[in-house]
Amino acid sequence: MTLTEKLREKISRAFYNHGLLCASYPIPIILFTGLCILACCYPLLKLPLPGTGPVEYSTPVKDYSPPSSEPGHQQGDPSERPDWYLGAPVAYIQQILVKATVSPWHKNFLAVDVFRSPLSRVFQLVEEIRNHALRDSSGIRSLEEVCLQVTDLLPSLKKLRDLLPEHGCLLLSPGNFWQNDRERFNSDPDIIKTIHQHEPKTLQTSATLKDLLFGVPGKYSGVNLYNRKRVVSYTVTLALQRYDSRFLTSLRSRLKLLHPSPNCTLREEHVVHVHFKEEIGIAELIPLVTTYIILFAYIYFSTRKIDMVKSKWGLALAAVVTVLSSLLMSVGLCTLFGLTPTLNGGEIFPYLVVVIGLENVLVLTKSVVSTPVDLEVKLRIAQGLSSESWSIMKNMATELGIILIGYFTLVPAIQEFCLFAVVGLVSDFFLQMFFFTTVLSIDIRRMELADLNKRLPAEACMPSAKPVSRSQTYERQPAMRPATPHTITLQPSSFRNLRLPKRLRVIYFFARTRLAQRLIMAGTVIWIGILVYTDPAGLRTYLTSQVTEQSPLGEAGLPPMPVPGGVLPAGDAKLALSVFPSEPVQLSENQTQQQREQKEGLESRNGLEANQQPWAQGPESPSNGQPEPGTKAEVTWGGEDEEIWRKLSFRHWPSLFSYYNITLAKRYISILPAIPVTLYLNPREALEVRHPQEANRYHSFFPSSLGKLEAVDRPGEALPKLQGHRDVTLYKVAALGLASGILLVLLLFCLYRVFCPKNYGQNGLSHSRRKRGDLPCDDYGYSPPETEIVPLVLRGHLMDIECLASDRMLLVSCCLVGQIRVWDAQTGDCLTVIPKQGLRRDSSGIFDYQESWDQSPDPKNGLEDPFDNSHQLKRMLSPPQPPLFCDQPDLTSLIDTNFLEQATVVAPEPRHRTVCSRHKDTGYNFGRLVEKVYEEQSASNCMNFAGFPAPHGQAASCARTGSARALSCGTGEGGCSARRKSLGDEPLAGFEKSSPVSAWAGDLESSVWSLDLRGNLIVAGRSNGKLEVWDAIEGTLRCSDEEGQSGITALVFLNNRIVAARLNGSLDFFSLETHSSYNHLQFRGTPSRSSIPSSPMYSSNDLIMCQLTHTVPCAHQKPITALKAAAGRLVTGSQDHTLKVYRLEDSCCLFTLQGHSGAITAVYIDQTMGLASGGQDGAICLWDVLTGSRVSHMYAHRGDAPSLTLSPLFPAQDLGCGASLGVISDNLLVTGGQGCVSFWDIGYGDLLQTVYLGKSNESQPARQILVLENAAIVCNFGSELSLVYVPSVLEKLD
Amino acid sequence: MNLVIRGIVLFFIGVLLALVLNLLQIQRNVTLFPPDVITSIFSSAWWVPPCCGTASAVIGLLYPCMDRHLGEPHKFKREWSSVMRCVAVFVGINHASAKVDFANNIQLSLTLAALSIGLWWTFDRSRSGFGLGIGIAFLATLVSQLLVYNGVYQYTSPDFLYVRSWLPCIFFAGGITVGNIGRQLAMYECKVIAEKSHQD
Repeated sequence: MTLTEKLREKISRAFYNHGLLCASYPIPIILFTGLCILACCYPLLKLPLPGTGPVEYSTPVKDYSPPSSEPGHQQGDPSERPDWYLGAPVAYIQQILVKATVSPWHKNFLAVDVFRSPLSRVFQLVEEIRNHALRDSSGIRSLEEVCLQVTDLLPSLKKLRDLLPEHGCLLLSPGNFWQNDRERFNSDPDIIKTIHQHEPKTLQTSATLKDLLFGVPGKYSGVNLYNRKRVVSYTVTLALQRYDSRFLTSLRSRLKLLHPSPNCTLREEHVVHVHFKEEIGIAELIPLVTTYIILFAYIYFSTRKIDMVKSKWGLALAAVVTVLSSLLMSVGLCTLFGLTPTLNGGEIFPYLVVVIGLENVLVLTKSVVSTPVDLEVKLRIAQGLSSESWSIMKNMATELGIILIGYFTLVPAIQEFCLFAVVGLVSDFFLQMFFFTTVLSIDIRRMELADLNKRLPAEACMPSAKPVSRSQTYERQPAMRPATPHTITLQPSSFRNLRLPKRLRVIYFFARTRLAQRLIMAGTVIWIGILVYTDPAGLRTYLTSQVTEQSPLGEAGLPPMPVPGGVLPAGDAKLALSVFPSEPVQLSENQTQQQREQKEGLESRNGLEANQQPWAQGPESPSNGQPEPGTKAEVTWGGEDEEIWRKLSFRHWPSLFSYYNITLAKRYISILPAIPVTLYLNPREALEVRHPQEANRYHSFFPSSLGKLEAVDRPGEALPKLQGHRDVTLYKVAALGLASGILLVLLLFCLYRVFCPKNYGQNGLSHSRRKRGDLPCDDYGYSPPETEIVPLVLRGHLMDIECLASDRMLLVSCCLVGQIRVWDAQTGDCLTVIPKQGLRRDSSGIFDYQESWDQSPDPKNGLEDPFDNSHQLKRMLSPPQPPLFCDQPDLTSLIDTNFLEQATVVAPEPRHRTVCSRHKDTGYNFGRLVEKVYEEQSASNCMNFAGFPAPHGQAASCARTGSARALSCGTGEGGCSARRKSLGDEPLAGFEKSSPVSAWAGDLESSVWSLDLRGNLIVAGRSNGKLEVWDAIEGTLRCSDEEGQSGITALVFLNNRIVAARLNGSLDFFSLETHSSYNHLQFRGTPSRSSIPSSPMYSSNDLIMCQLTHTVPCAHQKPITALKAAAGRLVTGSQDHTLKVYRLEDSCCLFTLQGHSGAITAVYIDQTMGLASGGQDGAICLWDVLTGSRVSHMYAHRGDAPSLTLSPLFPAQDLGCGASLGVISDNLLVTGGQGCVSFWDIGYGDLLQTVYLGKSNESQPARQILVLENAAIVCNFGSELSLVYVPSVLEKLD
Repeated sequence: MNLVIRGIVLFFIGVLLALVLNLLQIQRNVTLFPPDVITSIFSSAWWVPPCCGTASAVIGLLYPCMDRHLGEPHKFKREWSSVMRCVAVFVGINHASAKVDFANNIQLSLTLAALSIGLWWTFDRSRSGFGLGIGIAFLATLVSQLLVYNGVYQYTSPDFLYVRSWLPCIFFAGGITVGNIGRQLAMYECKVIAEKSHQD
């Protein structure tokens, strides 16, 4: 055990140091890693390029013998010999290339005469070939002995049964169209139709039957009605089983003897071996594609988990790069050490990725991200690494173990897979440690820099990119903005996770990333690339020919070199013929014989034949291409006739053999040099074979005048014209493809426009739905519907509710006029009304008046034109405007003109509440009334702000409301600090100062500023400094304390202690003493919940004494804004930027916590002594209550932090969507919005649900949110309370 | 309602897997139904993929149901990336059984059994999952053997023992995989509910 611990310790330390290293020198390490990857991938260059095109290799035909099947001993240079060149080929292909023409040509011949009589000669030729036999010393050898015997055709090719040979030699010729029957041919009225009857209608790239039988590409055959050259060419294709050089030579010489080709200059010196790769059929493709889809899904789901980093995409890319390059490295290393991969790379690749996995990368990211934010980057990386080191090592060891077990299965394929996987795992580990960690450190560093940037002045960071104004209602938004320098802005990134409907999110994603266009573009590029690459005559062969001089394909790639016409050194070596020289050959080659011998000598020296090709090709091709519609046609042989099979589709031979169920995949065939045969037919022959029907069907071949004209006029243009004719199908295809591509793009574009109009961010979707109520935090215009969660509305208060307090059973609310109502938190029944004791005897009629009056302005203001309202608001924002409430004429009588003077006088003064208290003694009798007017005004204003788009305006409006309220109300327990923070708002300072808050506090009734509830006792702190203890059930005043003069801003009631914080910064500790002899404490609620102190039940019989035990006269320099107590500690937060921690028992100040640079707005302390504070500077600090040290701090907001709560995992702060929030369980956050309550998932930042509290037209912001124990939420909006029970579905999320 | 949706999703997953894996086997020329590659998939043994789909729906619903009844919710690696990994490994096992040449059938059986148990250990690790997987493998093998004996269909394999040696392992791994998907879907269900109610 200790060994494990020790090991663990060591690993952890090593990882720590490594993390430090990586984070310290990121660039050198990344460079180093890149070099490593490149070095390891270098051996991959030697591997063959992937591709399905056939590969060729040529050997001289002279002493050719089939290669031995053992790879070991081979003659020749092994480096040039491809590794597939082993054993005998599947077949030897011998083509007899026939060129035939009718000569001399008569003008009255028909077009069909061009090919009818030449084709008719094929039967004779085939007979000659079939009957050829070699007689020599060893006996007689016939074709049947050497040819490739084929059996049945595939059953699916029944319709070709008559056309292709079966049970015999594989000998193909155009005669097969007529079953090699001359009579049948002669009686065929329409040759063209017969030939084309099996041609596919659609475009097809593979070999057609016509190609197969003719052995030349269709357009070279000349069998059509518009053949101007009048030369017909076709081949007789012979597949041979064995290579019998003597037989072949005799066949060749005999054919040449019979049909001499006088000017034939074909070189016949090379056997070309063509090796075919495995063709990927659809049956193999589908599983492959499936595995790749699964792989991509895996990568997607894995990288999706990367979170809380600067650039998700960047890190995801880094993760994928890590895995991929580790695979490449593994293959490269394996090749380096001599292990050549035999497995199909494309097939095993997804499995390798899955085996190696992205898990470690994700674990690393998560671990690093979860380190304390305020640490240095280096330390964060190091800590993150070391904390996960053990599990990473363990996983690695486990995987290695599993793979090693796989290695011992002794199945070669699995062993190879395991070998790759092991090397891949190790290199993946290496890359994770060096590459990914470093990238992560760079990312984290960038994030920190970005955080620092956020602290720039607010004006510099105003969210300008987001189009916020959605309709006319919001047009005043720009006017508002300068007035609020401190606004709580939400980073746009926070919106990414909003829970929109899936389809919308998909569409938005497509629209945002222009995915469709990019995919089309990428697809096109890839497609073109594949085409260029795999085309047999394309880039790949060109590259190969450039690389290897000896390649046979090099000839095809090289352009013909123009040579002066007079030279004509047709270098052609008929080596095979030179062995058995025969008369006609000598005759045909008499003029080139001399040169040929010279060439031979040259070749034997350097063996380079590619050089000669241009010589042979250059002078020949023009003479060959000339169509001569003259009477005397000449059959010419040129370079392009050589290896005519190259012009065939590269699937020609595989498809031919596949008809007989012979696969060429991973095998090769050897193509022997073609035997040229030239046929001249005289016109008489042509007339003889003419079919009687043809004479009246076809007109004469050419109008003679046209033919002559063209022949005279354009001899030079003939070649390009031919070329053009050749390419015309290509152009057709290209045009067709282009047109369909354009159509597709247009279609997609239209679809895109339909789905994603350009201004989708502004007013893309249904406006009707938005009218129902503005969800504050949804900028896509998607407003979630009302749900079955029906809030329970508690009505009864006449004025706006000021303070809220609750224990689990009871709910106490207090409105502006000081009326306290006690509600049953379960049922919503109003249990007790604690009226202000002076209300009924108040003869001044103020309250009565309010009662009758407070209904009227609301609808009035609600109906106001938005423009009016904004106008009015502007006036409000600039305080020294005299006609402040001109639209409320019934109030003018109530307003003393003195007030206006007062307002103008005080306006430019400083802004703190201390100023307020300075005015305290001056006394203005109208103040109370004005305050109420303000109250109504601000409330209605706030309501009319409902149109503000989220989140900016929302926060602003609520802050404004709060500030207007703050002048009269003081502070409550929960979200009241939201109001207080806006004391800092400059433009509103005038109001505050003009409000004589507690001016007549002494004599008139004062409002309740703070409230707390324990058991059945309500403690209320009033603005006049009076502390009252009420019985919640009976509504009787139990005791009171009137010693203090300054208003009680905050109150804490814990066990039997009451702590009151006053406006002047002093702190009073009271203790409740019950004077009774019997058992006065009955515990209510479940005692098992040990974390929450049970509320004592005070019997009504007891005499309760409230005794001031201690006073801290000057706890803070400035008013105390936040007060919280838990776990025997009391924390105060003040506007003087400090927090103080007191011990509850003896009121001893333990710590003064300094660190905020603004007023404290929110404080949170829980039972575990975790202390968090939020300041006006936007900072949140976490403190250790035991030592008084700051654990961490973060700048989460640019504005101030209005309220703060702490769940065990996350310090959560008001995101600006509303003024209030609460946390229900570990992961559910409640925020109050404009007339609604939204539930959020803390972990993901997703909006889960929104509950509307009332009808839309009376939407007011939910100012306070109080979370009760039984998953109910109390929201305070306006004069009503709402009880929202969290639905059980949401509870299931826990 | 949600049960139905889950069942449908699982059914289609099963059909898809059956088609793809049969294609893999076709390459080996060891199919569970006569060849003639794709054209005849829907004619000769058209009922094989729907059967696999139904079986996968049943299994995928059975796994979370059993978890609930046993009172031990499956917490091990409950995320989609892990599920994807599991599916990939399953396809890989099929691929190996189809493409790799083994010396004899015992070796094939042992290798596949090791791979399947490795799959279970990597992605499931629950006793109930193991038990159910064994049961499914046994039942499915039994049913397929019965079908073959009664001549409902026949293997086109040259070697009958060969098929029998890999079939149980494949069924076991398939059961684990589908169960994994089913559990993930069941876990996802509450989220879907929240979303649905959100959208209505």
